Amino acid sequence: MSGPSIEAVNLSKRYGSFLALSNLSLKIEGSKCVGFLGPNGAGKTTTLKIFTDMIRASEGKALINGIDVHVDKRKALSSVGSLIESPEIYPSLTPREALSMVSEIRGLPRAEKRKKIEDVVSEVKMEEWLDKKVGKFSKGMKQRINIASALLSDPDVFLLDEPTTGLDPRGMAEVRDIVKSLKTRNRLIFMSSHLLNEVQDICDEVAMIDHGKLLVYDSLSNVTRRASSDGGNIVEIELSREIDQQTVNNDIASLANVSVVERPDPKRIRIHFSGGIQNQEKLLLDLASMKIGMISFHPSTSALEDTYLKLIKDTL
Amino acid sequence: MSKEPGTSVSTTGSRILPTSVSQVGTITKYEILNYFRSRRFFILLAIGLIISGIFTALVAYYGVSNVAPCLPSTCSTPALAFYSFWWGNSITFVIVLSGIFFGGDAISGEFQNKTGYFLVANPLRRSSIYIGKWLGALIASVIVLAIYAGITVGNGLFYFGANVPFQFVESLSFSILYLIAVLGFTFFFSSLFKSSSMSILVTAILFLFAFSLIQLIVANLVQIEPWFIITYGSGIIGNVLMDTYPTTQPIRGPGPGGRDGTTYAVTIPEGIMILLVYFIATAILGLVLFERKEFT
Ligand SMILES: Nc1ncnc2c1ncn2[C@@H]1O[C@H](COP(=O)(O)OP(=O)(O)O)[C@@H](O)[C@H]1O
Ligand SMILES: [Mg+2]
Repeated sequence: MSGPSIEAVNLSKRYGSFLALSNLSLKIEGSKCVGFLGPNGAGKTTTLKIFTDMIRASEGKALINGIDVHVDKRKALSSVGSLIESPEIYPSLTPREALSMVSEIRGLPRAEKRKKIEDVVSEVKMEEWLDKKVGKFSKGMKQRINIASALLSDPDVFLLDEPTTGLDPRGMAEVRDIVKSLKTRNRLIFMSSHLLNEVQDICDEVAMIDHGKLLVYDSLSNVTRRASSDGGNIVEIELSREIDQQTVNNDIASLANVSVVERPDPKRIRIHFSGGIQNQEKLLLDLASMKIGMISFHPSTSALEDTYLKLIKDTL
Repeated sequence: MSKEPGTSVSTTGSRILPTSVSQVGTITKYEILNYFRSRRFFILLAIGLIISGIFTALVAYYGVSNVAPCLPSTCSTPALAFYSFWWGNSITFVIVLSGIFFGGDAISGEFQNKTGYFLVANPLRRSSIYIGKWLGALIASVIVLAIYAGITVGNGLFYFGANVPFQFVESLSFSILYLIAVLGFTFFFSSLFKSSSMSILVTAILFLFAFSLIQLIVANLVQIEPWFIITYGSGIIGNVLMDTYPTTQPIRGPGPGGRDGTTYAVTIPEGIMILLVYFIATAILGLVLFERKEFT
């Protein structure tokens, strides 16, 4: 059996004469998290709404696990959990009731239903509110219940449209943790966001969109690599203890392929290096063996940011 | 494939969904639950009780033979005169109110309040949502109607004993048919709009004034049988309670120079036909509209 997949085939969407989505083709396969990154108005929500048959494509089709969503919605969405914009729940229902409705529609076995609802509600940290009417909830609380609803039937594919919007910073962090935990459960996650750091924090791959056009779809590290025009790369490492400038200059700067090392603060360094992914791997091994207290190693945000801004500017 | 406790086995695309019919049942169930928690249902119930209360008081105060007189020349059973007075004069109003309360924004409200977004991205047909909500509205309305009928019959039993005229049972059945047609219509109408209050307002105007007005103009001034108007079809509800069922008749204009004309009376088969056609046509149109509607 092949892994979960979603595929957009020449998707276009027109609102009147306005082309909101232009000939988008994208195939994502397997268990991974793909960030759908683009500024406001890029066409992210439009794409996700076509994938959930909330709107119809003007041209092209959207397939989930090989099934055309518009042709057989029931089958295509049977293993999809989605959160598109911020749906409202009937205010007079409680989360338990609203989620019961969803689990009955999705055919969760009766015996599992109760426990499953309690599990997903505690996953979004709303257990205290399980039997209170939704009408009194804040926007962020409703969003958590919407996320619980997407998790309810243990789907293989998640379509999440800016899932952290409307949440306070702590809520955002919690939702990101939930999405990260989904990755460990063999799921395909397609998550839109206009926040670069969010995508970078959660996802393995990124699809960038602007003005309804797909700009790039690749792994985060490959996209980052495009940032530097000289073909070089930047990684940032964080340390548990302070490092002195001398160690940086003598030991790190002399590692293979390293061109420049910066030390923005005593517990953080930025390393510019040349070459591809093999060199990055070697660099990680070398750094680890130095036992300098490295606690994280990731491609530089600013490098990806450059790419993001550059790609977006190119479509203007 | 071995199953370890605590790990879920991935089953790409092979989840077993309930049938569409059972999904309709789920939507209906929660729609009714929602109604029972809503102010609207209780307001409608209260209106029904107030109307019942007024009738009960009228009958008790003035005496049943005065408010619903049964003259020997034209009336064979006093009980029929009573039911005609009570049910015949009020039930279409109660039905129309149910239609406005439960159907007026049934679909438009799902868009305006964004509650539709909670359901629509789930693996179920749009038609299941529409039909489930429609059945919920029908059941809620039938409950109100049943309570109203219960009070009517209660009074009838008190004054006339156990001989409920068979015409009342007919009228009750036609009332349900009218309710079905009205809800079909209001659901269709509500899927034309994206604003709750707009669609409630328009359906209220149509059913409370416009249809009766058009019917009046068409029948009296234009002198055509208004068979294309739903309220004309609903005439069978009251007509069947009359001692002799009214018929379409030529009338002589009053005085010299008065125009001759016709008073139209809908026959039972015509009435049933009008209501059925209204229901079927609006149900199909409403379903098609909802199916094509974009959740933008
Ligand atoms: N119903 C609509 N009618 C007209 N234009 C729309 C409609 N919905 C979205 N758009 C336009 O389509 C573009 C893409 O919108 P959207 O997909 O919501 O962007 P994103 O989710 O990436 O912020 C925007 O320019 C937006 O103004
Ligand atoms: Mg959006």
